[in-house]
Amino acid sequence: MRSELDRPVQRELTRLRVNGEEFELYLPVHKTLLEVLREDLKLTGTKHGCELGECGTCTVLVDGEPQLSCLLLPLQAEGRELTTVEGLAEGAALHPLQVAFAELGAAQCGYCTPGILLAAKALLVRDPRPSRDGIKEALAGNLCRCTGYVKIIEAVELASQRMAEA
Amino acid sequence: MPKVDGAPKVTGQAVYADDIDLPRMLHCKILRAQLPHARILSVDASAARRIPGVKAVITGQDLPIRFGILPVTQDEAALEGEKVRYVGDPVAAVAAVDEETAAAACDAIKVEYQELKPVMSIEEALKEAADEPIQAYTKRSDNVHRMVSYEFGDLAAGFARADHVREDVFFFQGSTHLPMEQHSAVATYAGGRVTLWSSTQVVHYVHRALSKVLELPMSRIRVIGAAHGGGFGGKTDPFAHEIVVAKLAMLTGRPVKCTLTREEVFYAHRGRHPVLMWVKTGVTRDGRITAMHFRSALDGGAYGSYGAASIFYTGTLQTVTYDIPAYKFEGARVFTNKAPCGPKRGHGTPQPRFAVELHLEKIAREIGLEPVELKRRNFVKPFSRAVNWLRITSCGLEECTEKVLAASGYADRQRQPGRGLGFAISAYMSGAGTAIYWNDMPHSEVQLKVDRTGVTLFCGAMDIGQGSDSVLAQIAAEELGLEPKDIHLVTADTDTTPIDLGSYSSRVTFMAGNAAVEAARRMRALLVAAVAQKMGVADLEEIDVADGRIGEFSFEEASVLAEEKFGALASAGSYKPPRIGGPFKGSGVGPSPAYSYSACVVEVTADARSGIVTVERVWIAHDIGRAINPLLVEGQVEGSVYMALGEALMEEQVYRQGLHKWPSMLEYKSPTFLETPEMHTFLVETDDPEGPYGAKEAGQGPLLPVIPAVNLAVQDALGIWIDEIPVTPEKVLRALEAKAKGEPPRFGPKVFPSVPYPEPIRVEPPDPGDLRVGDELEAAFPSSPRVR
Repeated sequence: MRSELDRPVQRELTRLRVNGEEFELYLPVHKTLLEVLREDLKLTGTKHGCELGECGTCTVLVDGEPQLSCLLLPLQAEGRELTTVEGLAEGAALHPLQVAFAELGAAQCGYCTPGILLAAKALLVRDPRPSRDGIKEALAGNLCRCTGYVKIIEAVELASQRMAEA
Repeated sequence: MPKVDGAPKVTGQAVYADDIDLPRMLHCKILRAQLPHARILSVDASAARRIPGVKAVITGQDLPIRFGILPVTQDEAALEGEKVRYVGDPVAAVAAVDEETAAAACDAIKVEYQELKPVMSIEEALKEAADEPIQAYTKRSDNVHRMVSYEFGDLAAGFARADHVREDVFFFQGSTHLPMEQHSAVATYAGGRVTLWSSTQVVHYVHRALSKVLELPMSRIRVIGAAHGGGFGGKTDPFAHEIVVAKLAMLTGRPVKCTLTREEVFYAHRGRHPVLMWVKTGVTRDGRITAMHFRSALDGGAYGSYGAASIFYTGTLQTVTYDIPAYKFEGARVFTNKAPCGPKRGHGTPQPRFAVELHLEKIAREIGLEPVELKRRNFVKPFSRAVNWLRITSCGLEECTEKVLAASGYADRQRQPGRGLGFAISAYMSGAGTAIYWNDMPHSEVQLKVDRTGVTLFCGAMDIGQGSDSVLAQIAAEELGLEPKDIHLVTADTDTTPIDLGSYSSRVTFMAGNAAVEAARRMRALLVAAVAQKMGVADLEEIDVADGRIGEFSFEEASVLAEEKFGALASAGSYKPPRIGGPFKGSGVGPSPAYSYSACVVEVTADARSGIVTVERVWIAHDIGRAINPLLVEGQVEGSVYMALGEALMEEQVYRQGLHKWPSMLEYKSPTFLETPEMHTFLVETDDPEGPYGAKEAGQGPLLPVIPAVNLAVQDALGIWIDEIPVTPEKVLRALEAKAKGEPPRFGPKVFPSVPYPEPIRVEPPDPGDLRVGDELEAAFPSSPRVR
């Protein structure tokens, strides 16, 4: 039998700030941030493709930087500002990236979309008018099997253009 | 026109199967075989059952009824009780309060095995089995699963007429779909009914399999397609985990969820068959094909899956691209101790497409003809019938070829070492002409309801990301003079929607689309009749339906008038493809109401020192018939190109000592953003007479020409032949080494193994101008099957 079931699970009181909201949770220390977001906070917009840090699907923003939530423990995220796809829109108003992704068909099955949106958001904060190569570089850690990446690149360009013009 | 499901997908609101979280839900883990081939001597789950938090443990005894997607190969068990046939075969399952407890309980199950010698290659599978065959039901001493053999027209006469004959051997390695979403299913059992949410491409086939294995009538099962995280053919079979969670829900009375790990997704597989191919073709001096003889040997993995159909697909569609006056096809599928192969985008046709395109290129060069010219001379003609009786309707091969040749500057290219262009063509089905299991019912049905809520469309079609929901909404809106956003959709739910056979075989736009056109026109007729009566107009043609208005009235007002006149407003439409297949046994695989056509030019740079091939540009033209939604069609074309590039250059599902060599996304290499080339997509419209508004398929066909075009571009760049897929740097270097030594500049299989194919079924070819189908065709051949 697995040894982890033989010993008591260590739990810690953990405070997380997600999409501007504070949460206080009593969590097993080994539970990943991905699991906590999805299972404890019911923020199921964050998806998973491998749970091994290989596909980028579970990307969230930690203090604005894209991080793989499947490789983070909640304790590592304490005191940091977490953003998931649910935190992208301002109320009912979608983020320009969300609008562009929906408009250009950059989300086919949509499963990789939340992670890519967040990685793209971080990119546009860092570099509001990225080059095509800059977009490819920034998103290279996120796999997509539907789109061939073309419409995603175009959507990031469109959002960037609209945000610059706004 | 953006997709109707764009907003839920960009906000994280779309609910995929693993997002479903129900009160008291249990979590399921499946114990899988760690040996490739072994007899199960005993299974002891007593220790697992004693673990606190474990609510149920089931083994093969609990689910003894076998199932499978095809009626002829009901060879899978949800949990294997007697033997395991690949690493990953399911043996037992646990439902527990959380995943960790379920996993620990799986570890605690003791299975005693007697190891058998695994069979890991086509060549081994063709030999007498060492211990015992992988599947006993074939009643053979080797591991051959099935074989087929057909001869259309007079092959010997065709070859005798040829001025030049050439033979080649090719190999196409298997690959997997790698959907971003891991398969997941959730089941509940209440009031004597099972409800299952699943990430499936086909709710109907899951429904059938559940009914069979659980021994429940279909009326006591409801299957709902959850938001879908990618399929590409990989979620088209009914799977063990779907049956297991339903059984566990029935036993525990609680909801049960099972989400596969990424490693398990590699074992679920049903991906591209590895195929060995031999092809021999005769041509005249001016490059006209006189005869072709094609042999395939498919490595099927451990179970049937769609394999019996896959064999046919490696042979039958050769004739709908090139005009082949005499054609012999021999195909065989073998069992090996690997994860089962099945349908992946292009199902069984990318392999022969690659082989035939390279083979014709080699012939052209031997007879001193420009390869593109040789291919063009043999293109099939629109509205003709192929030697194996497949009926070709609209065909934009010439237009597609023109587009990509002109845009890429193919003819005037400057030849330079390390840079090359390759050209290839393809065809694909817009839905299979026959259902998976024999029945004479429609392949797709649509119902419409109009009331004070507006318009609701019901259809069993499953949107797997390709946009079938959007197409259905657009069609209904078009017919009713509304906008797609005005159409509410209820899809892929066996309780509330009429049947659609699912998202596979590139059938949804064509078949569900035609059903939607019929349903919407019937609804429109009701609305128009009511409005005409109110307006006192006799000629219904005078009532315009557009821009949210029907005649003088708004749509809402018109619907009130119609409801007053007719009562509840409901309409239905359905589609069944015409019977197209020729008058011979086995003619059911390959016929389609229409074929899409594609042509592609790929530009690569190839580094002779490292062997690394980089795709720089892709020009692809696709005969879509008519693009109902050009944005979605482009998305399908670009996604197909991408998936083809992965297969052409890097993706391989390979094994070492009975184990999958790289069941992880890091080691199984697939293209990233960085490998994305410049893509130029051209849509060619040919208005197919049978397609909805003239539309044909887009989801699979555009994958097909890309793989040989990449390969031929490498040939153009380095002067070497890689007669295998994928074209890896190692193979490029091996071929360059051979070239440097003065040996044939080639990497690839040398011989095709000896396969005990049966005597061919000999079929007389049709008159190429005979386009009759259905009753008309059958009446012409009262004594069919007409076998000579």
